Parts: sequence; C-alpha cells; structure tokens
Amino acid sequence: MIPAGFEYHRPADIASALSLLQTHGDEARVIAGGHSLIPMMKLRMADLSHLIDLQDIDGLKGITIAEDIVSIGAMTTQNELITNDELSRRIPILREAALLIADPQVRYVGTVGGNVANGDPGNDMPGLMQCLGAVYTLEGPDGSRAVAARDFYEAAYFTAREDEEILTQITIPVPSMSGYAYEKQKRKIGDYATAAAAVMVGGGNASVAMTNLSDTPIYSAEASDALAKGDVDGCVAAALDAIDPQEDMRGPIAFKKHVAEVILRRAIAKAQERAA
Amino acid sequence: MKDELTQDQRSANLKGMGSSRKRVEDVRFTQGKGRYVDDIKLDGMLFGDFVRSPYAHARVTSINTEAAMAIPGVVAVLTAKDLEPLGLHWMPTLAGDKQMVLADGKVLFQGQEVAYVIANDRYAAADGVEAVEVEYEELPVIVNPFEALKSNVVLREDLEGQTEGAHGPRKHHNHIFTWEQGDKEGTEKVLEEADVVAEEMVYYHRTHPCPLETCGCVASMDKVTGKLTLYGTFQAPHAIRTVVSLISGIAEHNIRVVSPDIGGGFGNKVGAYAGYVCSVVASIVTGKPVKWVEDRMENLMTTAFARDYWMQGKIAATKEGKITGLWCHTTADHGGFDACADPTKFPAGFMNICTGSYDIPTAYLAVDGVYTNKAPGGVSYRCSFRVTEAAYFIERMIEVLAIELNMDAAELRRINFIKSDQFPYQSALGWEYDSGDYHRAWDQALNAVGYKELREEQAQRIEDFKAGKTRKLIGIGLTHFTEIVGAGPVKNCDILGLGMFDSCEIRIHPTGSAIARLGTISQGQGHATTFAQIIASEIGLPADDITLEEGDTDTAPYGLGTYGSRSTPVAGAATAMAARKIRAKAQMIAAYLLEVHDDDVEWDVDRFSVKGAPERFKTMKEIAFAAYNQAIPGLEPGLEAVSYYDPPNMTYPFGAYICVMEIDVDTGEHEIRSFYALDDCGTRINPMIIDGQVHGGCTEGYAIAMGQEIAYDEMGNCKSATLMDFFLPTAWETPTYTTDFAVTPSPHHPIGAKGVGESPNVGSVPCFSNAVHDAFRPFGLVQSHMPHDHWRIWKIAKDLGLHS
Repeated sequence: MIPAGFEYHRPADIASALSLLQTHGDEARVIAGGHSLIPMMKLRMADLSHLIDLQDIDGLKGITIAEDIVSIGAMTTQNELITNDELSRRIPILREAALLIADPQVRYVGTVGGNVANGDPGNDMPGLMQCLGAVYTLEGPDGSRAVAARDFYEAAYFTAREDEEILTQITIPVPSMSGYAYEKQKRKIGDYATAAAAVMVGGGNASVAMTNLSDTPIYSAEASDALAKGDVDGCVAAALDAIDPQEDMRGPIAFKKHVAEVILRRAIAKAQERAA
Repeated sequence: MKDELTQDQRSANLKGMGSSRKRVEDVRFTQGKGRYVDDIKLDGMLFGDFVRSPYAHARVTSINTEAAMAIPGVVAVLTAKDLEPLGLHWMPTLAGDKQMVLADGKVLFQGQEVAYVIANDRYAAADGVEAVEVEYEELPVIVNPFEALKSNVVLREDLEGQTEGAHGPRKHHNHIFTWEQGDKEGTEKVLEEADVVAEEMVYYHRTHPCPLETCGCVASMDKVTGKLTLYGTFQAPHAIRTVVSLISGIAEHNIRVVSPDIGGGFGNKVGAYAGYVCSVVASIVTGKPVKWVEDRMENLMTTAFARDYWMQGKIAATKEGKITGLWCHTTADHGGFDACADPTKFPAGFMNICTGSYDIPTAYLAVDGVYTNKAPGGVSYRCSFRVTEAAYFIERMIEVLAIELNMDAAELRRINFIKSDQFPYQSALGWEYDSGDYHRAWDQALNAVGYKELREEQAQRIEDFKAGKTRKLIGIGLTHFTEIVGAGPVKNCDILGLGMFDSCEIRIHPTGSAIARLGTISQGQGHATTFAQIIASEIGLPADDITLEEGDTDTAPYGLGTYGSRSTPVAGAATAMAARKIRAKAQMIAAYLLEVHDDDVEWDVDRFSVKGAPERFKTMKEIAFAAYNQAIPGLEPGLEAVSYYDPPNMTYPFGAYICVMEIDVDTGEHEIRSFYALDDCGTRINPMIIDGQVHGGCTEGYAIAMGQEIAYDEMGNCKSATLMDFFLPTAWETPTYTTDFAVTPSPHHPIGAKGVGESPNVGSVPCFSNAVHDAFRPFGLVQSHMPHDHWRIWKIAKDLGLHS
C-alpha cells in the first residue's frame, strides 16, 4: 500500500490544469477528492507520473440554483451537497442519495465531480444523474462541450471524457416530478451497493436508473416509460432486462437480480407515495 | 492516631477489586499519545518489505534481484538462498511443524513471502519489491481439505515419506495429525442404542482476528555490545525471546524483546512470522535497525487466520431429551503449514470442551489436521484454544437435536445442564470443570428477556408471515456456553516446551506507592488498570499509586504472555500471590512497630491493627516507610516480592446469551433487536472493563456470524483481503448490548477470578447464528453455514420456497 513516485501539481486555474494534462498525456491524472484514485495508486493499479490536484481552482466549486436548473461545480463535496437546504428543497433525491454514500469523513472530502467522472459502476451519483437527466460540462483544449449523463458511461472506468478533458460542472434540470426515492442495499456503511435504484415519478412522467448492477449505471427508457404509464410490473421487467450483474463477495447473480427487483419495487413504492 | 474515615470509605479510596475504576491507559490512547511499533524511529533505521507470491501453489523457478538492487535506496534483497547458510530459510512453528521464512523452491499459499527487500526508506523498499522478477511454474491448487486428503498432489514435498508427524502418524501426504479424545467404542454403542440421534455437519468458516494495528517489528542489532533489541507486536514477548535465542543462536541475555503499546491482538500476534526473522537477519547483516510493518492486505492474507473447522456431529438422546452421547469428527484446514498456536499436547487446542455446559456421560472426538493451499495459522481469535469452535459445535448440535425431538431448545438445555452440586465436574472428554451454576444463569437470562413472551410474539409473526402480512421473521438465538481458559498447568500445558505459568513482581516504594511488573502484555485489555486493583485490595495501597509495567523482557519477570484469556487466571493469580507475600512481611513489620506478637495483629483494608484494639494500627504506607528506613531485628530491609504461578487447573467461565433478530426474507438483511449477555467470570475485578470486554467480544462475534470470512476461489486467490470485503462492523452496524452477570468464584484461584476477555466471542457467535436458524426453523431449516450475510440468508429463504 505504498504508491510509486509521482509529480504533484496544484494549478490555480482550469487553463493551467488543461495545459498540464496536454503536456503529460496519459501519464497524468486529475485528482478531486481522491477517494477512488489514491487507493488505486497505493495498490499500484493506477500507474501515473503526474497528479494534478484541482482543489485550488475556484471556478470548480459551488452550487448555483436558478429557477429551473441547478449547476454543481465538480469540486463540490458530498457534504456540501447534503447541507445545502435550498438544493434539498428543489431536488431532495440528491440529499437522500448522498447520505447513503460512504460515511461523513469520506463525504467531507469526496466530490460530486469525482464521483460522476470516475466511471466506477459502484458509485451512486452516476445512476442518480442519469435518472435526473443531468448534463456534464467537459473542458478541453478546444473549449467546452456538454455530454448527457445518459450518454457518458461506456464501460467500467471508460467514459465519453477524453484524456485531455476535465469534467467541470454538472447541470441538473429541476425535475417536474414530485415523487422521488433512492434506495440502496449495502453490506455495511462505506460499502458499494449490492443494488441501488433511483426513481422519479409524477405528473405522468417517470425516470428510473440503477447502480452497481452492470459495468455502467443503467438508465432504462423503457422502464421509465412503463412507470410513467403506471405499469410497475412492466417497469420492473424492463429494468431487470437491462441490468447485467456480476458475482462478487456480495453474492451470486441470481441474488443480485432478486435484490435489484426488491430494491426497485421499494423505490417505486416510496416515490409513488411521495408523489401522491 | 485517629482515623476519620469508615472502613467502607477507606476501602473505596483504594479503588480495588469491584471498582469500575476508569482505565489509566485511555489518557494516552484517546490523545494519540500511545507508542506503537510503527511509532518507533531509530537512527539510521532501514525498512523491509516483502515480495509475495501471487499464486497459491507454484514452483519458484527463478528470482532475479538485479533490477531491484539498481533502485536508489535499496540496500539488499534477501531470498531463501541467503538465509540457508544461517539455517533460517525455514523456521519452527508453534505447532511442531516448520514453515518457510522465504520461498524455498515453491510457494504454498497466495501471499507467501518470496523475497525481502531492505531499503533506506519505505518508498524505496516498495519500489524494490515491484522490481524483483520472480518466475513461477503453477501447480494444481487445493483449497478444500476433503479433496486434499484424496489428492495425489503433494503439497509438502519437504515432508514426503514422513509417516510420523509432531502429533503422531500421518495417514496421507496432505495429512498432518489425528487427535482422539474420549471413548470411541462406548460412544458408538450409545449412538446405536439411542432413542434419538441427530446428525449434522457444522462448518465454522475461516476468518481472521484483524486487529486494528497490523503485525510488525523493529530489529536492532548493536554490533558493539552484541545485543539484539527486538521491538514488536508480540502477545508473548518472553516466549519470543527464548525462541529467537534458540533459532538464532544468540545467547538469551543478549536479546531484549519489547512489546510496546499493542493495538489489539486477538491471537493474531501470538505466532512467529517471517517478517520478524527477516528483520533480525537484516539488522545483523547491515548493522542497522530494520523496521517491518505489514499493511492491511498482508495482515488479512498471510498472518494467522482463525477457525476453518468442519465438524461432523452426532448427538444421542432419550426421547425425553436427556443427552446420552456425543460424537464429533473434525476436519481441520490448517493451510500450507501447521502454524496453530496451541499448547503442545493439544494439536486441536481445547476442542475437547465440546461437551459444553451439558452433562453428557459418553463422548468421542477425533480431529484430522490437513494441509491445503491456504495461509497458515489457526490461532484462537479471541477465544481460548479452539474453544469457540467447540462452543459453536455443541450449541448448534443442541439446536439440531431440539428440532429432531420437536422440543423447545431452552428447555432441552435446561434438562441437560451440569447441576451446581456436580462441580467439580469430570467431563467425558477429560476436563475437570471448577465451578458453575448454569441453571441459575439460564433462568436469570430467560426471565430478563421475557422468553415466553418472545416465543408468543414469534408465533404470531409466523402466522402473519404465512398470511402475507409481513416479509420479516423473528429469530430467537439461544446460547449457554462454557469456556476453558487460563492455560495452564505446567504438567500438561506448554508451548514449544515452555511451561505456561505466569508471573508478577511487586516492589513497594518507601513512601507507599508501588510498581508491579508482569509476564503478560496488554493489547487493550486494561491490565494497568485491573492488576493494580488486585494489588490495591490485597495490600491496601490505592490503585492510583501503583504503576504497572509489562512487555520488556529485560525488566519484567518471565511469563508466557497474553492470549486465551489467561492473564487474569494465571498472571492475576501471581499478582495476588506476590501481594500476599508482601502483606505477610508487612504483618511482621507492623507487629514489631506496634510492639505485639505477629499473631496479635489483623488485616483491616489498608492497615494492620491490634486485635481487639483497632485504634492501634499501622497503615501500609507507614509500614512501607519502616520497611526501608528502620532497622527491624530479623528482617531484611525492603518490601518486594515475586510470584511465579503454576495454576492447578483451568478456569471455566460461562454465560447465557440471548439474541432477538429480525430478518428480511427478501433481501437477506437483518436487524439485531436486542442482545442480552450474562457472563459469570467468577470474581469481578472491574465491572466497567468487563462490560467493555463483552461489548468488544460480542461485536467480533457479530461480525464473524453475520459476514466476516476469509474466502478463497478455486485458484486459491484470497477474495477478502481488504476491508471492503472483509466485514469489520462500524458503529452503525454494531448492535446494542445488555450486559448482566452472576458470580460463581473459581475455587482454586486465589481471588476466585476466571477471565472474561474471550467469553463474549465464544458465546455470541452461536447465539447470532442460532437466531438466524431459529427464524427459519418453522419452515424446515436445520443447518446452514456461517457467515449469514445477505445472500446466504436469501438463499436459505429461497431454498425453503419462501420467495414464490
């Protein structure tokens, strides 16, 4: 658990960070909270020579709430997300999900941007962002572009982000649906989900996404459409069809599929109850 | 002289036995001022790190250290070839086997030590490890002990052709020993003739003590004085000194072993590890101090595991439920080397306590030890030697028998308990239980939890479940365990030939304070608090005025260390005996000072007073000053004593635990609604510390029963080498406990104390497990192996058809 040597960079603005990324290519990685990257470095599974710390870049922090859209800077911590009352009033599912991530110590340092950018299928925020129809802003040498969370994840740790790009912001349309629930089964505090489901429902609309049941988060348009029509069984069938869980210490595939259904049904029931 | 204080007030001021005195250790621990091995920094210190095998079974065909040696800061790389001329490429284990220090031609488990890199900083050492090139030729892997006994694959080629092992004949090249106790023929006859026989395989899975502080050491060879100082996380520093002397050839007076503060041991820090040997060699070779501290993955993957016992049981009874016989055959998976830490004559520890709390007239136990491609170990994880396996076995077999008899398991226990007038009780497997009152404890426990009402609630819940009104079941877990601790009498207990007595030396200072040193070593048990309380009560000096020291072999008297709940039964007895020697001398001094005959003074809390004239007295403080500063005819100056205590018998703490658990049939999740723990550990020295011990042990037991395991895949890869997958409960998961007690003193112990540290682990594991089984008993579950994590509980429900 001793990392190999690396150069540590701490740029003060995004342009300097991008320049460092360009100079060092795939030998460099940006670090946000570091809760995923540092263990990988200590295990010597992440092989990098340059670590670019984003914490001094002011423009990456903070939460802005407009009438129908919320913007969250990538370096906003999970704790800042949880403690922002106005945000929780507008999009309460964010707090509900963030409180199920790790433990308070991790949430003081772990960032929303790191969580969504890393591409770890175990992270909770990616599925949630898909459910909410969030859009990620990617800054690169040629300017910025926007990628929908639903189009961002390609495989475990592979995303639409190019090596020289930095995910800087997450924008979330304030949902019209009033019913929401984030349900997660885990073995203990700090664990990734055995299965987790994000559900929004209300006003004839619905959105359904699932976490850690495939090599990417799973948003299912079919399941969402079925739920929008009030067809719970159809929604569950479509969602279960979309997942592809793997066996690990949390249990065999059949168990995970079973729990996925139980958790999804609980999330739907809770969301429908809140919508009513 | 007039004393304003009453006898009770004077007694309370001592903070002696029975006082919930706060732990004196906690000031430094809670302020981050503890001094652990990794806090030790010596001038010029080097760092060691291991190259470890990625394979569970492979031939090592070449080791190339060239690239590693080229890394700046790397000083040396040791391989078995370097250790061989010193005869240190293998080391003896505590179980009479031998173990490779560094891979000698092959590896037998994943994570086995292959080479040892020494560098002048910790980072360079890790870089060096990465640069060592090792070529392996993979060999067939065996992770199942039953397959090992059938396989043609020879794991231990070094033992090929040896049909005799340290514990008798070997039946197969992967077989280590067979250990038999009790009456085989008699038990078989009872089984044949019994009204009822219940039979079951009870598996106690492999797990790990996982202390918060991992294992480590700093070896420092002073080439000028020829003295080796070895700081380390040792639960038995004196034994380590003797073993280091025997295997290194360094004279014992030239070795000083120091155990500083230790962050939890739980058996994990009893054994000798390759890291210790390599660090000592590295320090001798380089002439510099060498530190080695393992990381969490190394600790979980390679240092001593616990359990891994397959226990096939048969229990016979009359149709009324009176048990007539018990039969057990255990297949013990020891991994690649037999490195169990048991007394020499007990290769399966005290597994023969498996008749438990019950009056079972006839019993037979056989244990077969087996080699597999898993890490070596087999230590007692917060239990006396294999006692938790024995307790789990009998407490599961009782439940299985209750099902066979269609009886309430609480009642079945009650009618089979050893009665209080049967003590001292000779068990069918050879032990003499010292004292107990099981019926009283059991009734107290059942009343405390409202057992009858709980069963009624459970019956209603089952009705509701069947009616589709709920998806949650209630399980009521019962356990009555009997421990055997305080190893032990030198006549039958030794480790590597070292008798298992223990010791205490007390020195009273002239102003009436004191220092005491013991052969044990605290790893969190609070010895500095509790042993001072024993002395306070025995000699009448306040516990606050008594310093406790342990762990430095240059100053502490020789003892066998702290594990197996032996500190209070053995060193605690030595402490009382040493204190009594001091009091005997103090009596003579007091009589002289009071100008009466020795027999005319009597002990009164903190003083000797003249019989019939209590206003004429000398306090212990006054006596101490006189002992040093007044010429007393016929007496040497000074006031100190040492006692080496060889216990006449083990002690037998016991307890009654009851758990109420809610189980979600669909997700496999559980909630511990309540957990009641009644412990009878004899005389109670510090009730607060006992409560703490019970909370800690029950939390470990909860982890073991409900999720904690060392798991391997079929390739021998360890699947649970990090705290992501190895379940260590946080405050969130930890249940709330209700503690209770009864007191049945040990008749042979000077203060009647029995030891308590390990009771809660021994008792709580079957209690949690029985709760899971009990929830599903109405639906036909008889036995399902631990750990009862979510998916395994889900599988129970699925197999019983509860998910349709």
